Amino acid sequence: MKPTPFDYSAPGSVGEVLALLADEEREAKVLAGGQSLIPMLSMRLARPGLLVDITRVPGLDRLYTDVSGALHIGAAVRQSRAADDPVVREGWPLLAAAIRRIGHPQIRHRGTVCGSLAHHDPAAELPTAALALDARFVIAGPGGTRTVGAADFFVATFQTAVAPDELLTEVVLPPRARDGWAFEELARRHGDFATVGVAVTLRRAPDRRTVGAARAVFCGAGPVPVRLPAVEEALTGTDAGTAALDAAASAALAGLAPADDVHATAAYRREAAAHLLVRACTLAWERCS
Amino acid sequence: MTTDLATPDPAAATRAAAPPLAEPSGWHEIRLTVDGASVTAQVESRLLLSDFLRDRLGLTGTHVGCEHGVCGACTVLLDGEPARSCLTLAVQCEGAELRTVEGLAPGDAPLTPVQRAFHECHGMQCGFCTPGFVMTATALTEQPQRPDAADVADALSGHLCRCTGYRNIRRAVCQALDERFAGGPAGRGE
Repeated sequence: MKPTPFDYSAPGSVGEVLALLADEEREAKVLAGGQSLIPMLSMRLARPGLLVDITRVPGLDRLYTDVSGALHIGAAVRQSRAADDPVVREGWPLLAAAIRRIGHPQIRHRGTVCGSLAHHDPAAELPTAALALDARFVIAGPGGTRTVGAADFFVATFQTAVAPDELLTEVVLPPRARDGWAFEELARRHGDFATVGVAVTLRRAPDRRTVGAARAVFCGAGPVPVRLPAVEEALTGTDAGTAALDAAASAALAGLAPADDVHATAAYRREAAAHLLVRACTLAWERCS
Repeated sequence: MTTDLATPDPAAATRAAAPPLAEPSGWHEIRLTVDGASVTAQVESRLLLSDFLRDRLGLTGTHVGCEHGVCGACTVLLDGEPARSCLTLAVQCEGAELRTVEGLAPGDAPLTPVQRAFHECHGMQCGFCTPGFVMTATALTEQPQRPDAADVADALSGHLCRCTGYRNIRRAVCQALDERFAGGPAGRGE
């Protein structure tokens, strides 16, 4: 099928983007890389009246670290560019690894980091990575600019804190931490969305032998990325050995309530998630500096 | 009362000059480079790049398979990088540099090393998916450093060949990479 008719505009400033999004006569949608939106248009799952292409807005393609060391990724920064950037790979390797799990190079060359976050497919890699990395989201709207934390950004499947008349202008990741990290997922084929997946970060306690802080966030396990404090508590203070990993896996089995779908039952997803968690924790602990 | 015919709606005039495609919607003039030639065209907002190439420019070497970004048959080089032309609107390509499979060896020009390698290794079965594979492989040979085996596998995973395994396709890509990066640091990549 082909998309239904719509108009297209490629404005030159965030202000113009917002003015177009405020159009109450017709539904306007933001177009960045289009790798999720265009198939939805072609299948007529989306029928917007206007596409607002934000890739020509000066400044939205910025990828930089500020004086505090935080990483800023503008709304038009493409996934390949972020994943291949030496600063990102060195300082935020979990992000680079998550991006490499998205589709294929042909998709990542066009798709944007912020587009995937704003689209919020709960099986997608980037929302989970963003929650694991404590991302902040800068949202411009008619009333000015506001910042939302990752825990409040993802609302439900395909729903975020960004209102229809607002634009996610950038995502900000806190200064690099020397945490160990891992991103593990189970997908039916390489490049597919995750059946289930997990992002883990581990930090050594001052004694260097035990886990000082842990974070575990799952994708494909609910309508939003699922962070499990019980898993994190099961790991914190331990030596990340077999007993601790077993306890963490049990906590994941108990804490996750994924849905059944055509690809996997809920029980299978839970089981797979627990195994992926053990593998991810082992890798993350090895990567702790 | 008479209608003022002297001042027609400029939007209507634009539409009239455009090919009679489907329902009226936003029309835009785009300028881009396709296989080295400058192209200026009026396109409807919703026109996919794949349809623009095939139906408007007659470049039917770019194949259309799944039309939602899975199969890779429509892959072209957009500003030097392989991209799905079915997941791109023609109107997004204002100012872009596009390369299609037709542009690799136009007319009687000799085949490129990638095309020759696909021919010599029989990197195809029915050939439907081949243009996409060839464009992705072309991009691999144009990287500054030789891609490693994982990069090659990752790039080829973006294409579906339903006829056969990928053995000969991978062999063809490796032959082309060997030719391009003769004596390079990486191995055969197989």
